[in-house]
Amino acid sequence: MNEIVSREEIAPRTFEYHVRAPEIARRRKAGQFVVLRVDEHGERFPLTIVSSDPDEGTIELIFQAVGVSTEILAEMQVGDEILDLAGPLGKPTHIENFGTCVVMGGGYGMAPVVPIAQALKDAGNTLIGINGARSKENVILEDRLREICERVEVCTDDGTYGHHGFVTEVLAELIETGEQIDFVLAVGPTPMMRAVAELTRPYGINTVVSLNPIMVDGTGMCGGCRVEVGGETKFACVDGPEFDAHLVDFDVLMKRQGMYKRQEAECERVTPVSQKRGKRP
Amino acid sequence: MSKTKKERPPRQAMPEQPPEERIHNFNEVPLGYDEETARLEASRCLQCKKPQCVLGCPVAVQIPQFIALVAEGKFVEAAQKIKEDNVFPAICGRVCPQETQCEMKCVLGKKDDPVAVGRLERFVADYEREHGEVEAGEVAEPTGKKVAVIGSGPGGLACAADLAKLGHEVTIFELFHEPGGVLRYGIPPFRLPREVLDAEIDYVRNLGVEIRTSFVVGRTATLDELMEEHDAAFIASGAGLPRFLGIPGENLLGVYSANEFLTRVNLMHANEFPTYHTPVYCGDEVIVLGAGNVTMDSARTAKRLGAENVTVVYRRSRAEMPARAEEVHHAEDEGINFELLTTPVEFLGNEDGWLTGARCIRMELGEPDESGRRRPIPIEGSEFELPCDTAIIAIGTSAHPLIKDTTPDLGVNKWGYINADPETGATDKPGVFAGGDIVTGSATVIEAMGAGRRAAAAIHEYLTRQED
Repeated sequence: MNEIVSREEIAPRTFEYHVRAPEIARRRKAGQFVVLRVDEHGERFPLTIVSSDPDEGTIELIFQAVGVSTEILAEMQVGDEILDLAGPLGKPTHIENFGTCVVMGGGYGMAPVVPIAQALKDAGNTLIGINGARSKENVILEDRLREICERVEVCTDDGTYGHHGFVTEVLAELIETGEQIDFVLAVGPTPMMRAVAELTRPYGINTVVSLNPIMVDGTGMCGGCRVEVGGETKFACVDGPEFDAHLVDFDVLMKRQGMYKRQEAECERVTPVSQKRGKRP
Repeated sequence: MSKTKKERPPRQAMPEQPPEERIHNFNEVPLGYDEETARLEASRCLQCKKPQCVLGCPVAVQIPQFIALVAEGKFVEAAQKIKEDNVFPAICGRVCPQETQCEMKCVLGKKDDPVAVGRLERFVADYEREHGEVEAGEVAEPTGKKVAVIGSGPGGLACAADLAKLGHEVTIFELFHEPGGVLRYGIPPFRLPREVLDAEIDYVRNLGVEIRTSFVVGRTATLDELMEEHDAAFIASGAGLPRFLGIPGENLLGVYSANEFLTRVNLMHANEFPTYHTPVYCGDEVIVLGAGNVTMDSARTAKRLGAENVTVVYRRSRAEMPARAEEVHHAEDEGINFELLTTPVEFLGNEDGWLTGARCIRMELGEPDESGRRRPIPIEGSEFELPCDTAIIAIGTSAHPLIKDTTPDLGVNKWGYINADPETGATDKPGVFAGGDIVTGSATVIEAMGAGRRAAAAIHEYLTRQED
């Protein structure tokens, strides 16, 4: 079960796995995610399904090793099995022919963008991609985005590749030059998504973000992932993960995402991942 | 001196871990009877010709018969007698609300304390297990029929066990990574030790039942897809959706649903953080809202996580508290405070988004409402602030919508609970049965087991009829 069939480090500490999960591969739609647990002591945490191959019975996961759970996942090798994998969870993306769509991702936020971009393209939309990262070496999925989009703008925070600056600057320029934009999808760090929401709000451009709050079960049973959308409490795992960017309370989201910062640091300190490495045959 | 009825021994107490000790561990609180105490307690039973206790039991356990066997010292036989009607006596002896069921009906209870049926049930089940006397259930010849059971809580396990014994091929689909449902993620180990739960689940597995974990019906496959590969299905998915109060400040850091708080500890072992990687936040001043068993479980768990003060805040009075009497007593012994006739109207927080207190209002009781309990009415001008850094909302759960939402022709009522025949569990969909909390709303473990067993009988009949 859940065997890793391929593994590639596509950017520093950013990994692309293909995992055998035939039932999930068969049903998965753009925008959905899995909840996984790497070992007996592990947390349950969500990862977007980037693509799936129903014939091969595999799903593609992309993640950055940024905490104990993802560090342990990053230590796993081809042939290893992920202990628990449940999905596909969350509502599939609402797809229609909007016209011209801007699909933008920041960092490994590009991973959820790609499957939604593909679905938008399949529905007849014209796509403009904006792919942002910290530095040139952190840009991921550029080729795949170029295959889907009419044009792609890359930008880096340090100017080592493409536009020097943030994805929002590229979007602002598109809007200012009079580009007809009917729909914006933005996925990335919460401050980036908030900035996109603020940018498109005055223009009334339909903007959707995919939220990544802390989850436990991922099926609506705990409410840990609750977010405020339009003044109402929603569960990101079953009501989302995608929401109207102009209605999301990003302040609440950011605070809730940081709820266990202290514990996460402690766990990281006492769980050297090299220990895990030592246990492997 | 001649032995008269008046010399009947008193109801035997069960030894417990002392409160000052147990609030520092997650080990079981009541320690169980020894053989001598069990026989003494069993000797109190009047062996009524028309036993009222049996009428109080949702699965009609043959109570006088098993108690007579205990009195004779035939403990294994007693356990087997219970198992004719209840597959999980070790669980029910621990978590059933006996005081509103069998023990409430006990004739002895009119003038004396009732027979401790629950403690005896627990004793014989533990005796059987600890002495390695648990027999693998007898399984009939395979029928070739396949049944899908959705959910591995008490209802699903009981249904699966019965169907497997009848020779059907049963697969349980469980969304979590471990089976047990609410017995696993909800009920804490100090009330239901994990080795007891694991043993009962092993018993079901040994009957040939397959349990598929991390399988989310409605997502990994729909009910209709399962029905393509199975001859019948039993939905026992529970009432897993946490209810919130809908008051301002509910999304502050430190405000939990009881489901999340307990799942983090019971299923994910947050009490053993950082060995286990799932954290839980539990401050020094904890309030727990509600008054059911889940409320007591949350309060007592918070105490064990090191909270200094834990206060149960309930809008009605003590008389209306739905928790088992024993759980309330245990909570009181452990130093849990109670703010009764009180309800929060707003959670207060600091600029970092953390909970700092709850603005509460006092209540008084008015006329009985549709639940038959007196309706709490806010007392104007009685608002006050209760400082707290953690709040756990344990006011109940609602129907989990995932199966309903992905099965358009499954009939549900206005609250989303599945319409099912109370006797058979039959739903509007041919071959699909349902029972437990997803039909009745939040109820008890034994009621879910009863529904599972009735549905198993009905499913067996349905499958046999199909054959003809």
